[in-house]
Amino acid sequence: MSKPLIEMQDVETADDETIIEMKNIEKHFGSVIALSGVSLDLMPGECHCLLGDNGAGKSTFIKTMSGVHKPSAGDIFFEGKPMNFARPRDAIAAGIATVYQDLAMIPLMSVTRNFFMGNEPTKKILGISFFDHEYANEVTMKEMKEMGINLRSPDQAVGTLSGGERQTVAIARAVHFGAKVLILDEPTSALGVRQTANVLATVDRVRSQGIGVVFITHNVRHAMAVGDRFTVLDRGKTLGTAKRGEITPEELQNMMAGGQELATLEGSLGGTV
Amino acid sequence: MSDATQTPPSEDERVKEMSAFRKALIRPELGSICGVILVFFFFFLTARDSGMFSPSGVMNWSIVSAQFIIIAVGACLLMIAGEFDLSVGSMIGFSGMSIALLSVSFGWPVWLAICVTFVLCMAIGALNGWLVIKTGLPSFIVTLAFLFILRGLTIFAAIATTRKTIIGGVKDAAEGDWLAPIFGGKVLTGLFQWMGDHGWIETFTRGTRLGQPVVEGIPMLMVWALVLVIFGHWLLTKTKFGNWIFAAGGDPQAARYVGVPVNRVKITMFMFTAFCACIFATAQVMEFGSAGADRGLLKEFEAIISVVIGGALLTGGYGSVIGAALGAIVFGVVQQGLFFAGVESSLFRVFLGVILLLAVILNTYIRRMITGER
Repeated sequence: MSKPLIEMQDVETADDETIIEMKNIEKHFGSVIALSGVSLDLMPGECHCLLGDNGAGKSTFIKTMSGVHKPSAGDIFFEGKPMNFARPRDAIAAGIATVYQDLAMIPLMSVTRNFFMGNEPTKKILGISFFDHEYANEVTMKEMKEMGINLRSPDQAVGTLSGGERQTVAIARAVHFGAKVLILDEPTSALGVRQTANVLATVDRVRSQGIGVVFITHNVRHAMAVGDRFTVLDRGKTLGTAKRGEITPEELQNMMAGGQELATLEGSLGGTV
Repeated sequence: MSDATQTPPSEDERVKEMSAFRKALIRPELGSICGVILVFFFFFLTARDSGMFSPSGVMNWSIVSAQFIIIAVGACLLMIAGEFDLSVGSMIGFSGMSIALLSVSFGWPVWLAICVTFVLCMAIGALNGWLVIKTGLPSFIVTLAFLFILRGLTIFAAIATTRKTIIGGVKDAAEGDWLAPIFGGKVLTGLFQWMGDHGWIETFTRGTRLGQPVVEGIPMLMVWALVLVIFGHWLLTKTKFGNWIFAAGGDPQAARYVGVPVNRVKITMFMFTAFCACIFATAQVMEFGSAGADRGLLKEFEAIISVVIGGALLTGGYGSVIGAALGAIVFGVVQQGLFFAGVESSLFRVFLGVILLLAVILNTYIRRMITGER
């Protein structure tokens, strides 16, 4: 049903610059084939958008990248070396940070406690290890200020922040702890216009620091705003990868939705989709 | 959450200045602090002349409160980590029986019986936690099963070995033991004797204990309660592990994604709850000199009620050990105070139900305020 509208590029041979390269990743859950050979590579300072409709396999794919799922077949190269992540911790240790849409932050905990969750700074007093609240608060306030969020106090619960601010805090956290690859799972899908703009600006800032960003979305407009390259997934397969400027938003939109059907729909909706 | 630092005033015009009252309101301990003040005020008015505030009266409700505190600290940390343990009461009966059987019926030295019991209890706690994690079932169900399993095993073991459900003689067996006084002994006896000699506190005026103070010293039970509160508060607010406890209860999946070992945290907290139950049981067995198969009945609920009065959320991720301890004091003072005040004791349960309901309603309101929902 979905015929590729642009020529599929050959998977480029990994040059020295590539941070992460996923080659022909397959993932089967019992008899269900979630991914059947998806490839993607990422350069430092690049924003690679991963597009696809619901059920295309975007989430499964990034979960293999972040160590949540083990691929059934295929290779992952991280900085040129083959990698095999057994747990999310391994991926985090390697420098792959993932920000999930709803699971970025814990609302009841303070911003500081969230920021350092899993990476708590400690100091020793009389040989006993303490959580270094002073240092943690200081760093949090500084990082938040840089991201343009004014906190009342670092004790403030994350629940009082807006959705966009939470995403921003999560991104700041990943960058602070030395992420080389930042995977954003639909960071803008539940946000308003202003908040979306803020998150996209944050992505741009992160990219300029030389971090590779994988940006998952099904909103073409958001992808076009920050993306350097675009890869479209459909039914567990790569439909193709295009560079910025080589593809129009309309073409991307059509690829995602399976061309023909959307063309018909668009006719009846008067080109509003 | 605990360390208040000076911050410059917010420049964002959309963030309203928070009043000091509102700030105080979102501290988990607030409700229980008010509760303690209210309860003492009430009993000071109604039961002042009944001996409730004499040294022996104070000791009476302090011991009961200390008992509640010991199990509340364990239940509190577990609840913040997002789980329940309904088997605490049965665990108390089980561990008490284990100590009595091993030391009296099997003739083991008491210290060995105590050590083995602690290991056994914490292993059962770990099993509880492991089952909850592996099956993904609510801890409510898993520990409810253990409530019955442990109680049944306790009664069975007692009857099968001695044909009785109460085993005495632990006091004699514990004579001269080095570990037993750490649970059943008293400290500061010299100080109390000295105060008695100076006539500052009540002494016996006749009988074999003539001249000895009515209150001989501080029972180790209270020392344990204090130590556990300090340890629990330190662990929760001042350590890395404490942050993991909050995270595990707040949102386990989000915590896992950033590398918090949620399973390990939860299992450790189940073991700690069992450890607290075991301290309670050991102190009780050493004090009474006997173990009963029905000991610790309903203690799991009393622990949970103390924790909830103390401001912890039943859903996990929020609470305070100090709050739980204050909740336990409210509980203990009211239970004993109603007796001093001469109130019909059945009314205690009415009071308990009312205060529980009020605490939960207040907590829900506070959570909405923290997370900014309306």
